[in-house]
Amino acid sequence: MISAEYLGMPLEINELDKENLDYFAHCAKHDFHLQRCCGCHLFRYPPATACPWCTDERSDWVPVEGKGTVHSYTEVHHAIQPAFKPYVPYLILLVELDTQSGKPTPDEGLRVIGNLATADGVLAPRKDVSRVGIGTRVRMVFSDVAPGLSLPQWTIDEEATQKADAWRYRPE
Amino acid sequence: MPMPDNVDATTPKFLRDKYAIVGVGETDYTRGSTQTTRAKSTRAMATHAVKAAMADAGLKASDIDGMLSYQSNDSVFSPFVAGDLGIRLNFYMDVFGGGSSTEALIGIAIGVIEAGMCKTVVIFRSMNGFSQVRIGGTGARAAAPVSGDMLHSRSYGWQSAGQMFAPSFMRHMYDYGTTAEQVAAVRVAHSHHASNNPKALYKKRVTVEDVVTSRMICKPLHLLDCCVETDNANAIIVTSAERARDLQHHPVLIRGVVGRCCKPRVDMHYQTGPISTVAGHYAKEILWPNAGVGPEDVDLTGSYDAFTFTTMLQLEDYGFCKKGEGGAYVSDGTIKLGGKRPNNTSGGHLCEGYTHGIAMVIENVRQLRHDADDSCPIGPDGKRRHTYDYREGGCRQVKDAEVSANMGWAMPGTGSALVMRRG
Repeated sequence: MISAEYLGMPLEINELDKENLDYFAHCAKHDFHLQRCCGCHLFRYPPATACPWCTDERSDWVPVEGKGTVHSYTEVHHAIQPAFKPYVPYLILLVELDTQSGKPTPDEGLRVIGNLATADGVLAPRKDVSRVGIGTRVRMVFSDVAPGLSLPQWTIDEEATQKADAWRYRPE
Repeated sequence: MPMPDNVDATTPKFLRDKYAIVGVGETDYTRGSTQTTRAKSTRAMATHAVKAAMADAGLKASDIDGMLSYQSNDSVFSPFVAGDLGIRLNFYMDVFGGGSSTEALIGIAIGVIEAGMCKTVVIFRSMNGFSQVRIGGTGARAAAPVSGDMLHSRSYGWQSAGQMFAPSFMRHMYDYGTTAEQVAAVRVAHSHHASNNPKALYKKRVTVEDVVTSRMICKPLHLLDCCVETDNANAIIVTSAERARDLQHHPVLIRGVVGRCCKPRVDMHYQTGPISTVAGHYAKEILWPNAGVGPEDVDLTGSYDAFTFTTMLQLEDYGFCKKGEGGAYVSDGTIKLGGKRPNNTSGGHLCEGYTHGIAMVIENVRQLRHDADDSCPIGPDGKRRHTYDYREGGCRQVKDAEVSANMGWAMPGTGSALVMRRG
């Protein structure tokens, strides 16, 4: 059982939620893992109790590289949770990992949610927010919440070659 | 109107036109306490709406023997409403759900009547979406601990419906070049419709400019791309077409339903693309064959407008236009009163009030009766004399409406639909 607070919200993982306990424990070590099916060897996200491709209930936690491309996003100007208000506008990114991109069919991929953050896992300032759109290359960082619980986040991959034409909704 | 009967269906064709909606009713659409109204309990509102639907149908408490409702831990259960009205039930069920529920429950009502479990079913939705559990996600819902799957959403400030759906909307703009101005035309059309609906909360007509210059909520959604939050209850009554013939209104017959049709992996549908395609893509394969009609036969639509984009995405994926051309379809005049196929003639969730889809079915029932409750004069026989003058404050009846389609939306990955026709 993990009980913690993050940006004004109580986060809880109970002892029966084994999939999430394992997922976030790896994140707490800043070492991203996903479940890989023991039957068909496909990864899945988010954590689940069986394989959506073959129904096998057995899986192993396997390291996955935290690199990918922004598939879609929203930029929040009106925060619902009070503790997010100082960070507006903040980005919610849907990032398609390089791992297993376009598999098992061309329409599928591992699309991992996260905020745009600084390298140390704090929600990113406006100057970074305005640089990101569909197509931006990002890498994973972590927000540490409590022992056994860190949230995976995304930051601009400054080492990567960025396409000149990342698509943004009405760039300022 | 003659209907083709030679189309393959996934359910037996004999159910087409075998059931009808015979009564509709609702409370006012309010936002809590004002100078003239006070917030009411969901139980009091539900009772009022069910009673209004019974009166509309001309049915007594002893004529009703089934009840269905849907809610999200925010409403009263059927037995209390039935008890308050002296209805003895042979069947009831209260399910969890939001915007994809009404059409699905109409299908369930047909099923339980067909199974001989009861004869006449009331379906209601009662919600204090402004005064108690706010749909936008603030208030009671925001205070609950974040656990399970929510760890992968709410932890990221990804919580309200607008925030959750926005990646689909954004990707549609990227994939197809859809513009904010095109989609804003949905709000413009619905605001024109609402201006002719005395019940509507927001009756003021707006322009595309008003929408795209309104405050940004979460890109690409401006304030006026989002629906209202209101307190209200709505009810409809389903029974057999045979019984419907003895009741007081022109029967509105059910051609076909789809209930909570899903994209793959609806728990996290963003894993399966294209994410700019919604559940209607699958639902249309059930809806049109079962109903024995196609989009081209439909005179008016009720495409769920939690947001301007949800209306557009569903009209596109149900086949009212080609994939990717939804932006053009909703902005070329087609969906406005006086256009080829008006959508949400009540003003919908964007303007009339927010009721998780049931009010859009009620509106189309009234349209198919040729009895939209606008401001047109009432004749000596008690019936409205529709003018078909759609100027502000005027008529909102669609001329010669014969067939309607409702498309309910829970989220991009789940939808329900209903085709009705004038009997």
